[in-house]
Amino acid sequence: MKVAVIQFPGSNCDSDAVWALERVGLRAELVWHTQGSLEGFSAALLPGGFSYGDYLRAGALAKFSPVMEAVRGLAERGHPVIGICNGFQALTEAQLLPGALLANNNLHFTCKDVSLRVERRTAFTSEYKAGQVLRVPIAHGEGRYYADDETLQQLEDGGQIVFRYTQQATRHGPHAYNPNGSLNDIAGIVNARGNVLGMMPHPERVVDEVLGGTDGLGFFMSLKRALEVVA
Amino acid sequence: MNETINPLLKETGIPLNEYNEIVRLMGREPNRLELYLFKVMWSEHCSYKNSRPLLRILPKEGPAVLQGPGENAGVVDIGEGWAVAFKIESHNHPSAVEPVQGAATGVGGIIRDIVAMGARPIALLNSLRFGKLGDESEGDRTRYLVGGVVGGIAHYGNAIGIPTVGGEVYFHPDYQDNPLVNAMCVGLLRSDELKKSFATLGRPVYYVGSKTGRDGIGGAAFASEELSEESESKRPSVQVGDPFMGKLTMETTLEAIRLDLVEGVQDMGAAGLTSSLCEMAHKSGLGLELNLDLVPKRETGMSPLELMLSESQERMVLVPRPGREKELERLAGRWGLDAVPVATMIAEPVFRITSEGAVVAEVPTGALADSLTYVREGKENPEAAAARAKDLTHLPIPQDLQAILPQLLASPNLSSRAPVFERYDHQVGTNTALVPGKGDAAIVRIKGTSRAIAVKVDSNPRYSKLAPRLGAMHALAEACRNVSVVGGKPLAYTDGLNCGNPETPHGYFELSETIHGLAEASKALGIPCVSGNVSLYNEGPSYRIPPTPMVGVVGLLEDVSRRAELGFRKAGEFIVLIGDKAGELGASEYLWLTQGLEAGSPPALDLAREARTQAAIRDLIERGWVRTAHDVAEGGLAVALAEMCFPHGLGATIEIRNQARPDALLYGEAPGRILFTVDQANLQLAVKVLEAHSLPHKILGQVGGESLTVLMPKQRLEWGVESLREAWEGTLREVLP
Repeated sequence: MKVAVIQFPGSNCDSDAVWALERVGLRAELVWHTQGSLEGFSAALLPGGFSYGDYLRAGALAKFSPVMEAVRGLAERGHPVIGICNGFQALTEAQLLPGALLANNNLHFTCKDVSLRVERRTAFTSEYKAGQVLRVPIAHGEGRYYADDETLQQLEDGGQIVFRYTQQATRHGPHAYNPNGSLNDIAGIVNARGNVLGMMPHPERVVDEVLGGTDGLGFFMSLKRALEVVA
Repeated sequence: MNETINPLLKETGIPLNEYNEIVRLMGREPNRLELYLFKVMWSEHCSYKNSRPLLRILPKEGPAVLQGPGENAGVVDIGEGWAVAFKIESHNHPSAVEPVQGAATGVGGIIRDIVAMGARPIALLNSLRFGKLGDESEGDRTRYLVGGVVGGIAHYGNAIGIPTVGGEVYFHPDYQDNPLVNAMCVGLLRSDELKKSFATLGRPVYYVGSKTGRDGIGGAAFASEELSEESESKRPSVQVGDPFMGKLTMETTLEAIRLDLVEGVQDMGAAGLTSSLCEMAHKSGLGLELNLDLVPKRETGMSPLELMLSESQERMVLVPRPGREKELERLAGRWGLDAVPVATMIAEPVFRITSEGAVVAEVPTGALADSLTYVREGKENPEAAAARAKDLTHLPIPQDLQAILPQLLASPNLSSRAPVFERYDHQVGTNTALVPGKGDAAIVRIKGTSRAIAVKVDSNPRYSKLAPRLGAMHALAEACRNVSVVGGKPLAYTDGLNCGNPETPHGYFELSETIHGLAEASKALGIPCVSGNVSLYNEGPSYRIPPTPMVGVVGLLEDVSRRAELGFRKAGEFIVLIGDKAGELGASEYLWLTQGLEAGSPPALDLAREARTQAAIRDLIERGWVRTAHDVAEGGLAVALAEMCFPHGLGATIEIRNQARPDALLYGEAPGRILFTVDQANLQLAVKVLEAHSLPHKILGQVGGESLTVLMPKQRLEWGVESLREAWEGTLREVLP
């Protein structure tokens, strides 16, 4: 029961992801982007960063890497696949998730805490209550979720929206609301099958009281529980 | 002197006395390429020829110091087998001409310095100075520069994945034509894995990283000249940064060190191939032969001169251990980089350059590495002396003291820095235990231990302008105070000395006074200097910047759970002030903002009391009694209290009974003042600690409510926290949306 953390040359949240997975007792290993197989792994996580420099468009080149075919295979076999930040961008570019992440409304990279509402319990959010509001930081320049009306409707109807930016305060106080201009306040979604998740905020940054918060722990514990059920 | 050399002297700008010295050292006249090697190596940026004799007086030894100045960065021990490498570096002139790339490559450059020590960068900080932030045309240029510089820092730091955890931004009209951009980096290493710029005889010297192009030709020399109208035409002297390539180079180097593939490491920074190879040869006590035909090139037809002067970014020099060459090449290949043996270490102490089979330059390495030094006559600018001597006792006291606080909070220098630091990823790496805006210094924890480091960079240009020596002392004292206020014990510092032209009496005086001030504070506080940078020539025909010593202090917290933030967190806690009740008006931000006056002397600094103050607050934090503490700096007591209200929207009521001028009580400045909160159970214990340290102190009031209330003799001032926040948050947001 091992999670592959995909390492593109420009990934920079790869070690953070390994650390967060290990904190909840999961085994995690870095997998280099040229590797064509994910045999032996029960799940994959695409971490934040700037995959191949991302000078063209965030995640645009990552979809051509050999490891992405292996990720696709894993997803098709029903295993959990997670994309955080740049990983979410890569998953939409690879069309494992619908929609696209466009430049933030302020056109700038933005790093701050946001209030994030858990819309429903999924394999990735089973440790939270539906409607629970978390404090999680964002750190991205291209995080404005966009999809056409039809896709948005499908996401809404199918219950595929897992996290939304909200104006509700957390126990820490009020935080930024929809800082990038995402449609329908979308911060994280799953595919129709429910095993591929992408989100812009960084749960791996809030799994330790020393860093000022543990609201992200539930995310990784949910994954652990999902993998235990599968195993 | 040979008449035909004349045009070369004019072309290179090398003064005749230096030329004669070069001829003496070489035993012959240099050719054009050789002369250019001297030009860059003997520039102030590379040689410290004006500052070196002065810098000798800085204390550099301390129990924690593993590596002092002279290598790519200083290194201090932080216990449990860990050490941190850190250094600050300027990129002022490139940023004035091309703010985005100038700032970005400044960040990239300082990162490589840290990597060259074998350390993984864990934190970036920056210290920025701009001109006026107004509506008029000068304000427009300032906005352009602020946006560009902040954007450049964000572009590089965010992408390479090193958190930007702290910094400072300050506006003053004297920086109008000459903004300052200094970047600091801190890296973590095992103390026994420290790397140096070193190679043994016969070893091949590998070039790793980006290919060499025509960018940044002669940048080190450019940095050592005054800015002028012609500077715009020096855009080609500005390098272009590629953080993705920077990341590949960094990872390759760090992995090579981890796998023990290399015996020596050197970054290729200012003066590119010239400086990096020459330094490595000189420090190894050897010579080096470089074959330019082997250097990876981005463009065709580059001349030996262009190759030697190029400051193309993202290049490193690695010297593999015997027998590990192929592994190093494979490792670089995995990261998609060139790794080419371009040079060989030779016994003869010369720097020999060959191209197409011919020797094109051959210079003794010692001659290049040790330039002439200058000791000059300094003289104080009489205008500064006159402004300092101005009598401020008869200044009118404003009628409406209430209106001044929001005005101060909305001023460019005191307003919220969130619009700046929100552009930077300050959490990547999952180690930032105190993020920007939450405390007086940043805290970065060391995974796998209970330890953390606290880091702060600081400088007060107004103090330094009016009294350079005292200003420098304040800079070090305040940076150490900020580190102490979050619970860190200062270990050492790095100094970025930004000054005017040392060849003028005023410029030299300010440089000399600044270094003497640092040395004095350094000795009194017991904090050594382990690395630094000088940026001189920040001067033009109509201006000279205030001497600006940007002091970056690194401190240690043995237990990261015992730390303090600046925000009030619990109603009912008592607010205690350490230090004098009244501040002074001289050189204060209040005086500048309300009366347009930059005058008077900065407050006197009692360094012995300063040391006791810092020890006391650390003691209180370590005991777990204090979790909220804040330094009282520009804007005085009232501004400090307001800042403490903002993080959790919690107010306070305090009482000041004192005969001093009310404006000095509220807005005056004085060193060694710290506000902290403590609950009732520990109040008397905390007071005892302050008494044991013989420190003046006063219980001012209590935390609570939604407003900040100050009771004074004959008046009561009250401000709603949210209305103050509104004033405080808007100013920079308008510049950086």
